[in-house]
Amino acid sequence: MPKLKYLLFLGCAIPYRELSYEISARKIAQKLGIELVEMPDHNCCGLPLDPANHNIMLALASRNLCIAEQQGLNIMTLCPGCAGTLRKVNKTLKEDKNLREIVNDYMKDVGLEFKGTIEVKHLMQILAEDVGLERIKEAVQRPLTKLSVAEHNGCHVVRPQKQIGFDDPENPKILKSLIEVTGAKCLDYMDETECCGAPVIGVNDKVPLSLARDKLSHVKAVNTQAIITVCPFCHMMFDTNQPRIERMFNEVYGIPVLHYPQLLGLAMGFTPEELALKELRVDASKLLGLI
Amino acid sequence: MSEKKEIKEKEKEQRTVLKAAEMDPKFKYEVSKIPGAEKLMLCFQCGTCTADCPIARFSDSYRPRQILRMTQLGLKDMVLSSDQIWLCAACYTCVDHCPQDVEISSVLRALRNIAVREGYMPPVFKELSGAILETGLAYKIPELRLKRRQEAGLPQLPKANLESVSKLFNRTGFSKLVEKGGNSYA
Repeated sequence: MPKLKYLLFLGCAIPYRELSYEISARKIAQKLGIELVEMPDHNCCGLPLDPANHNIMLALASRNLCIAEQQGLNIMTLCPGCAGTLRKVNKTLKEDKNLREIVNDYMKDVGLEFKGTIEVKHLMQILAEDVGLERIKEAVQRPLTKLSVAEHNGCHVVRPQKQIGFDDPENPKILKSLIEVTGAKCLDYMDETECCGAPVIGVNDKVPLSLARDKLSHVKAVNTQAIITVCPFCHMMFDTNQPRIERMFNEVYGIPVLHYPQLLGLAMGFTPEELALKELRVDASKLLGLI
Repeated sequence: MSEKKEIKEKEKEQRTVLKAAEMDPKFKYEVSKIPGAEKLMLCFQCGTCTADCPIARFSDSYRPRQILRMTQLGLKDMVLSSDQIWLCAACYTCVDHCPQDVEISSVLRALRNIAVREGYMPPVFKELSGAILETGLAYKIPELRLKRRQEAGLPQLPKANLESVSKLFNRTGFSKLVEKGGNSYA
């Protein structure tokens, strides 16, 4: 088994809006023997600026990779956006000599050099590949057998397949199996692999909210008790924006949206307080009655 | 505007006669030079991208197939000034499904990058850039949230080296684009 020690790359959205994700992720990491080292210095992964300028994204992403290389540790991210961006840039720079020269020219200005010595993984990938389902199962003390939940993967954990190379984007199974080790049932529903719409919300809200509403209606149709996410942006779309969607379409959903580490944490025996469940916008207390 | 009327207007727009003189035959070469957009010319208009696009399902106007065709044809101004190119969510479904291996999301990103160079930039990017230059992160974390971190026993957020971040903004030429483009988006 690989040594479970990573540099934690928090990114922007989690400290800004989704502290409960960080709190619960640190709890389960500790329980599983994952050692997390704080990044000594980090900037935005670069993804939010990619639409405006590809080079600034490359520069910002590379700077983070160089800092991690100096620490000699692989990166763990909680955000699929950060994971996808850092993974793609890391892979491209390792393979493309020309681009690496351009980027290293930028890095020289800030006293760094990309060497290609580390890897980047999202929490979900670390749980599935490095920790392993068996070890997670051993840590489950209170199987959540009364729960039926629906998963929402988030696109950037699995797409584009050629560059990310994790799970099957057309029929993703890994989050499902991670849910099932908690003892909860993972339901199938229509358009399971569809995007939450979050990346568009800065320029247009009607389209992404309609998309999120479509997803909410599909999970409601299979009587889910909760949605499980592994992305701060997907979480904001389904949890933070759920009351807004309800008002906009004059519908009622009331579906709690849990970060995967909150679900696993409950199964591990942590209290709802320890996992910051109170910070969810949609009340999850009904769900807690089933635990 | 009622939805019916809107659709009628759309149809009218789609019937617009295109004049050869308004097309820039070199545009497709300009776009396909950008990393990720190299295979733009291989698009044979099968429509898989639009059919599988989650945004297209809920938008009356966003059609990736159409944008790719307009780009191939060289309808440069029409493409670059349109709101539609900003609707791609970069979920990469089209990239994974394209039978010609065209990275449609990356073509859209390339078009956006050119649009920004030409002065069309949605205001959100100026906000994001400002926050990154000021704090290293894309959002300014409110005091209350920092206090909550402390209460929850979370470690302090790492400080970003802002001098380095600013150097990279200048070095890539992005600082100038933000200054120039911030206000010209309709």
